Parts: sequence; structure tokens; C-alpha cells
Amino acid sequence: RALCPLVPSAPAALRALPPPVAVGVLHTTRPLHTTQQSLAPVPPLPEKGGEVRHGLIPEEFFQFLYPKTGVTGPYMLGTGLLLYLLSKEIYVVNHETAAAACILTVLVYAIKKFGPNVADFADKLNEEKMASALAMKNDTIQTLQTAIEEEKKEQWRAEGRSYLFDARRNNIAMLLEANYRERLLMVYNEVKKRLDYQVALQNLKRQKEQDHMIQWVEKSVVQSITPQQQKESIAKCILDLKALSKSAHAAV
Amino acid sequence: GPLSERPLMEVRLGELHTWISTCSFSPRGLLGAVQRAWSSYCAKYIHVRQGGPAGISMLLAGYCLLSYGWNYQHFKRHRWRKYH
Repeated sequence: RALCPLVPSAPAALRALPPPVAVGVLHTTRPLHTTQQSLAPVPPLPEKGGEVRHGLIPEEFFQFLYPKTGVTGPYMLGTGLLLYLLSKEIYVVNHETAAAACILTVLVYAIKKFGPNVADFADKLNEEKMASALAMKNDTIQTLQTAIEEEKKEQWRAEGRSYLFDARRNNIAMLLEANYRERLLMVYNEVKKRLDYQVALQNLKRQKEQDHMIQWVEKSVVQSITPQQQKESIAKCILDLKALSKSAHAAV
Repeated sequence: GPLSERPLMEVRLGELHTWISTCSFSPRGLLGAVQRAWSSYCAKYIHVRQGGPAGISMLLAGYCLLSYGWNYQHFKRHRWRKYH
């Protein structure tokens, strides 16, 4: 029994089974879940983007030039650059310039007029998405909370199982007692019946013997009465009767 | 931090030469640089809660300038004056 890992005190039936096989061994050379998950929660989007002046030039440019040239520096740079490009005709004025000017006017006007409306609409869409996601999350949390409470209640209920077992034990004891008493009663009845039968049998036998004896005695007595004795007894009776009738006549 | 890992905006003018020498100009390096620049631009101006017209308008302005630059030789022929 060298291969048997069971304790020698285990019953022989258990020791006779084949030894257990390890199923599903987990390779624990790689540590599991040691670092915090980096995918969630996702950091939220920033509120506002980088600052841009006049819709075209980032604020960093103005800050870059501020220490050396003050506030008007970038504007002077822009004006000078524009005049240089125009005067040297590095930027050539043609029909596309007119088209660009008209398009830009219309674009700026449209953005200034309808910008806030479009922004509000987009914000509203975002709000709805966020609200639905939040509602889903809250619902899930709520269901899990109720599940936790239910579980706690079930645990509390399970604590009362000792009372349940006591009641059951009492029931069983009562059943056993009732059954025992039933059987006791049955035994008593059966024994009484048998004893009554014996008593009745004896009584019957004695009665029959008595009756038989009486009959036999009567028969023998009747047989022993001879006709001579019968005549004598009848004559005596008649005499007695006459005497009685005389006394009765006298009494009356 | 060390020079080679700093972004371009935080490199001082004097160190620009050494910084350019640490850049990798292989196709993979260039592609990585373009991808990084695009993703940082997007993260700063486009993927925000309340973006304005600035994000797209800068891209369009850049496109206008680039296309003017590519067609400069064609525009040069339509100058108003010969001598400037």
C-alpha cells in the first residue's frame, strides 16, 4: 500500500479504490493579478482644448513672444509679415483672394451666430449619453446592493436552523412515542383477546358440564320415580289440596 | 529629463542641434514622430469636452498654406508687377 495516500485508519472499502489523480494543475510560475489594471477607469476628457486666439494662432505663440516684445509684439510681427508678403508679391492677389475673403466672411458670421446653438446641442447629446451610462451603472449598483442585503438576510435565516432542527427532533420523538404507544395498545388488546378467549372457553366448558350433569341428574331422578310412587304422590297432593281448600274456606 | 526623450517644445534653442542628432531618421522613426505629433495635436485640440472651431480651422489653414506653397510657381506667373 505504498501508493495509497490515505490514512491507514480509513475503512478498507476506501483503501481499495484507485489512488486519486490531480486534475487541472494550475501553473503558478507566473504571478497573477499583481499590478493594478491600467485599462479602467479611463481618465476623463479635459474640459477645454488648448487656447487659440482668433481661431488660428495658438496662445503659446503669444506667450512665447510676450517677454521680449510685450502684448503688441505678435500683432506687429503679423502686420509686418503680411505687408512684406503683399509688397514683394510672394502672396499674389487674384480671383481666389476675393473668393477666400467672401467665404471667410460668411464662415465667421455663421460661426459667431450659430456656434453656441450647435455647441449646446452637442452638449445635450453628450449629457444624454452620460446620463444613460450613469443610470445603468447606478442600477447595477442598486441591484448588487439589494442582492447583498438579501444574502445577509439569508445568512441570518440560516442561523436559526438550530431551532428548526430542535422542532424536527421533537416532532420525530413525538412520532416515535405515539407509534410505540399504539403498538403497546395493540399488544395489550391482542393479549386480552386471547386471554378472554381462554376464559370464555373455560366458562363454556364448565357450563356445559353443569348442564349435562343437571340433565343427567334430572333424567335419572325421573327414571327412578316408579309408577307406584307416582300414584302415591298424586293421592297425597289431592289430600293436601283438599285440606288447603278447607282452611281457605274457613279463612274466608 | 534626458535630452533625447524631451518633446520639441521643451528643447532650448542652443540644444536644438544635439536634439536633432539624437532623432532617428529611419522610416520607422519618422512614422513614429508623425504619429506622436498627430496624436498630441488631437489630444490637445480635438478630443476635448468643449472644443471650438479652433481645432479644425487650424488644420484647414495649414492645408491652405501648404497648397499655396505647392502651387507657388503657378501663382508667380500671375503677378501684377514685374519688379518689386
